[in-house]
Amino acid sequence: MQPTTHAFPENARKALSDERLQKVLAIAPAGFVNRRKQAADRLPEFEALRDQGRDLKNHVLANLDTYLEAFESKVTGQGGHVHWCRTDQEARDAILGICRKVDAKTVTKGKSMISEEIGINDYLEANGLTPIETDLGEYIIQLRREPPSHIIAPAFHLSKKDVEGTFRQAHTDLPADRVLDEPKVLIAEARQVLRRKFQQADVGITGANIMVAETGSTVIVTNEGNGDLTQILPRVHVVIATIDKVVPTLEDAALVLRLLARSATGQEASAYTTFSTGPRRPGDLDGPEEFHVVLLDNGRSALLGTEFQEVLRCIRCGACMNHCPVYGSVGGHAYGWVYPGPIGSVMQPALLGVKEAGHLPNASTFCGRCEAVCPMRIPLPKMMRHWREKEFEQNLQPAAMRRGLALWGWFARRPALYHAAARMAVRALGALGRGKGRFASLPLAQGWTQHRDMPAPEGRTFQQMWAEKQTVEKTLADKKGKR
Amino acid sequence: MTDTRPAPRVGLFVTCLVDLYRPTVGFAAVKLLEDAGCTVEVPASQTCCGQPAFNAGDRATARDLARSTIAAFEGFDHVVVPSGSCAGQIRKHYPELLADDPAWAARARHLSARTHELVSFLTDVLGVTDTGAQYGGTVTYHDSCSGLRELGVKEQPRRLLAKVEGLTLNELPGAEVCCGFGGTFCVKYPDISNRMVEAKTADVKGTGADTLLAGDMGCLLNMAGKLKREGSAVRVRHVAEVLAGVTDTPPIGEPMKSGRA
Repeated sequence: MQPTTHAFPENARKALSDERLQKVLAIAPAGFVNRRKQAADRLPEFEALRDQGRDLKNHVLANLDTYLEAFESKVTGQGGHVHWCRTDQEARDAILGICRKVDAKTVTKGKSMISEEIGINDYLEANGLTPIETDLGEYIIQLRREPPSHIIAPAFHLSKKDVEGTFRQAHTDLPADRVLDEPKVLIAEARQVLRRKFQQADVGITGANIMVAETGSTVIVTNEGNGDLTQILPRVHVVIATIDKVVPTLEDAALVLRLLARSATGQEASAYTTFSTGPRRPGDLDGPEEFHVVLLDNGRSALLGTEFQEVLRCIRCGACMNHCPVYGSVGGHAYGWVYPGPIGSVMQPALLGVKEAGHLPNASTFCGRCEAVCPMRIPLPKMMRHWREKEFEQNLQPAAMRRGLALWGWFARRPALYHAAARMAVRALGALGRGKGRFASLPLAQGWTQHRDMPAPEGRTFQQMWAEKQTVEKTLADKKGKR
Repeated sequence: MTDTRPAPRVGLFVTCLVDLYRPTVGFAAVKLLEDAGCTVEVPASQTCCGQPAFNAGDRATARDLARSTIAAFEGFDHVVVPSGSCAGQIRKHYPELLADDPAWAARARHLSARTHELVSFLTDVLGVTDTGAQYGGTVTYHDSCSGLRELGVKEQPRRLLAKVEGLTLNELPGAEVCCGFGGTFCVKYPDISNRMVEAKTADVKGTGADTLLAGDMGCLLNMAGKLKREGSAVRVRHVAEVLAGVTDTPPIGEPMKSGRA
């Protein structure tokens, strides 16, 4: 997927004038916010679990090599294969190689953000295979040839009506006069179409919410059951996951699961939580003949030991974007690549470079709502600020802003000059604005005045008035003393 | 008088926006502090806490301004700020900014521990329960983000407002959601900022309140500017003005009376 992150302001403007999208955004995030809050309130130890989650992931990141190697040795010991991939290209090639080896034609896919990150669908298609998304939201956006707009609700930006239109266009073998007015009916139709694809598939690709080192298991959570059919029915199961997803034990996996479901959808547990441990064993009733884990780095290890390490604690619940007023204004597509919202504003500069993705960490008011709900307590605003520091160091910020801040900084370091300049500026602005009390437009402040008035200052600075008051009081006191 | 302890010596950190835009807030803060038994001083060597530089990624300038603010406010029992945002900068970010500077790290931590947002200082440190003010009107209150999430300012202003004679508080739906100011954010991404402040003013108008209060000048200028552009009659004031009963200055964005400001 070609990023358009550099065009964030234009993407945002487009999103803001898209009435259909704005209608969805006016309602949808609030549902997630309320459900998460109720789930958190029902669990007295929720805040303590967040501390444990943070500590667990910090421990894993400090010992990542150990746990990854332990995981690998368990997987291979059970007859599975682990493919270490440094880059997205290596991961694409590894997956294509596995598909080619078994002469696959059709590949079913469970929901996986990493598969979006490496653009596996396009790659498989270009190499003559047919990838089919089986998560309902992913299936819808695959039909529409759109990227996801949310990490757990890929079709977040679409209404029921949009989905109906998409299905009528795609499912031409079904009667044209069928009624498709209810989510239930839409889901049933998708099930019916996808059922056939599940049976045709040679390879099933899923992501992994967690990898467990002590058992060599990978774990997925879904609410549709599509993940299970994707990994059980085909001959080959490929798991694609990044290195930060490993935890030491099953106990630790349980901790992550408790935090994940509540933070993501407000559920106590997802409808399906599936552990995959190696290929089918003799005597097993089902399961794939081959089990592969494609273990991707793609820039993660480079974050270890830096000010961005903590972002690797992310468990991809989406709570940060559900609570973000910027995401809530422009939706996910404006972010221009795979990861939207606050987590995207930290991850995308890491994965795409600060030149391509520099807008994202700037497009934040630092309101802190994301950090307040992050189950892993990732200090997202702090990390966005670190990206701004990188931009500042590399001189990438707009020249006007840089000059303005430099001038202000020069004065602010010189209190006497600062106060004199403040007095003059405030006096001029106050005199101009006192009649109306505000300005409808001001030179050099169009960013402000195009949408709102600029209240006028009172006309004198506090420091000036305070100094005068002190002088008057001192004079009065002196006179009193002389009497 | 039974209390023989010396009056706490408070340094007022005025903040740039109060200094430039609304000295009334500074005088309201002084009145609240003096009424509660403090002696208040205003060091003339203070300028800005450095947050604009810090949030723009300019750590060197932010550190310079942190050092000069620390120097300006050494020796006070408490430092009080009529803004959650600037107080948050000093409390939360100064220690982090200067952590690796051996000459300043301890001084930064010392200032951090003594610095408070105005309203929470009155309630939590001084134990004020009633400021004795009157205000005839229905108000609604917006929780500014830094005060709320960095400093835990939430119930304190509501407790004091509940004691203001003649005042009714209508809670603002989504009071904890950002108004879209965000410092330079509002001019860097004006369209997104506008979408956010539009949602905020719609909520404000929905409460039926005649006055909007908050504890940070940045948010107040943003919301007042939008309400005025929309032709709304809602009056906008800093919460300190109402708590101190200092409401003779016209509300933010309203014409000044004739005569000297």
